[in-house]
Amino acid sequence: MRGGWLRIYALSYLVFLYAPIALLPIFAFNDGTVIAFPLRGFTLQWFSELTQIPALHTAVANSLMIAVITALVSTLLGICAARAAARYDFPGKRGIMGFIMLPLVLPEIIVAVSLLVVLLQIGIRLSAVTVILGHVLICTPFCIAILNSSFQNLDKSLEEAAFDLGETRLSTFRLITLPLVMPGIISSLLIAFTISLDEFIIAFFLTGNEPTLPVYLWGQLRFPQKIPVVMALGTLLVALSVLLLTLAEYFRRRGIARTGGKDTGGFL
Amino acid sequence: MTLKERLGRLGRTEAANGYLLVSPTALYALLLLAVPLATILAFSFWTQNYLDIDTTLTLKNYQEAFGEPLYRQLMLRSLMISGAVTLATVLTAFPIAYFVSFHVPQSRKSLWIFLITIPFWTSYLIRVFLWKVILGYNGVLNATLQGAGLIDEPLTFILYNANAVVITLAHAFAPFAILPIFVALEKIDRSLLEASQDLGENRLTTFLRVTLPLAMPGVVAAVLIVFIPTIGDYVTPRLVGGPNGLMIANMIQTQFLKLNNAPLGAALAVIAMLLVGAISLIFVGLNRRFLRGPK
Repeated sequence: MRGGWLRIYALSYLVFLYAPIALLPIFAFNDGTVIAFPLRGFTLQWFSELTQIPALHTAVANSLMIAVITALVSTLLGICAARAAARYDFPGKRGIMGFIMLPLVLPEIIVAVSLLVVLLQIGIRLSAVTVILGHVLICTPFCIAILNSSFQNLDKSLEEAAFDLGETRLSTFRLITLPLVMPGIISSLLIAFTISLDEFIIAFFLTGNEPTLPVYLWGQLRFPQKIPVVMALGTLLVALSVLLLTLAEYFRRRGIARTGGKDTGGFL
Repeated sequence: MTLKERLGRLGRTEAANGYLLVSPTALYALLLLAVPLATILAFSFWTQNYLDIDTTLTLKNYQEAFGEPLYRQLMLRSLMISGAVTLATVLTAFPIAYFVSFHVPQSRKSLWIFLITIPFWTSYLIRVFLWKVILGYNGVLNATLQGAGLIDEPLTFILYNANAVVITLAHAFAPFAILPIFVALEKIDRSLLEASQDLGENRLTTFLRVTLPLAMPGVVAAVLIVFIPTIGDYVTPRLVGGPNGLMIANMIQTQFLKLNNAPLGAALAVIAMLLVGAISLIFVGLNRRFLRGPK
């Protein structure tokens, strides 16, 4: 009986959490243009239509490029900050780290409009580059949160041993530190990629005339006849996200096992 | 090897190393966060005439932001909706965090946390849009309830109003509330709970007098991490809010992108942030006694 009611509550909460994404494939395969019950029948038409929209393909390519670069840059910045926070003590550390993590709680519209105003003032034309600038800013805190646990679990004496045995700082990092935190880095890359691929608010403000996938989707939501295609696209997106996240979680756990730390559960 | 040589090889002092390593990230945040935020603040005191920015300092934007009833109404409604979302999210999240921390075996905990976070990482636009599908007049919820014979007419109070915004945002921010509370609950020394029960408290009073106060830092973190970002959401109000569910972020977006009045948009953004910041500080102040004590 212990936890009986709580268990029922927890399970129904999971239903609430998964309701939207569980409905997605149902409507994606439904043979009807109206998104409502009752269902009409099974079709693959919406998926095949996806292959015939050039604007969509451009948006996908654009988003993938942005997401890959964002993941690389924000993970690199994340490594610097997480490593500095875990390894060194310096005055003002809490303040500096707090400021770097600020985009985590800041409303995205504030980040978006303030970047927009500055970029327009300097005269930088809006393009994929400006979207990347914004995405790196919001992804870095997530990368730091993931990498923090990797670097914090790292046993300092391993590095000191390598150092005492004559390795240089660089070779110590390459031979000892990097392999131990590698799973964390992969996990961070995957998370940053996923965030950037799905991010809409900042992309909406900072994208020029080369829309990212979410910005393209937003445009399509206005046309009722296009909704089934959007559902098909959403199904593919969600499937991809779930796959990437499962990989990220796998690497995160492996990283924790490798450094001998205790699993505190989940990202963040 | 002398100590001096070793220090030389280690390179400078520990603090210098730390600064050097953190500097790329800190510099990035400085240039792309601090400078833009300062610019927004400056903009809110300027005026704009089509594309020309007049940099004479003025309080005109703030007078307009506070004077115009529409802006006041939007601001107040945004705070109310954000507050309602925060209350709903944290209250429904607490039992989940409690369940995972206290009733799920250690080996299964990360699986549960993983399951809870997955929906959060999937396309935000798509999720919001599907809530529109679920809550709509011919939507999934109404169809189900009618099919089950529970209602005769479709419910209309659940789409295109503030309720829909609250439900959708509570869904979107659920993991943000669950995770901090879960972490706080995990830190609680279980022997304290045994001690409390040995000393004659029952399960309920143990929860109220031991577990809850110790979990408060997590609850406070959850409240802040839900309350502050929700004020800036404009996707959810636009898609499911209807005319009476629009929030201040929609107005900020309109000022910047449609009306070309960046200074007024900036002033509205600054006011929104100040209000949210002030409310958050008051909230943290009220909970100070829970936040003290050993880390």
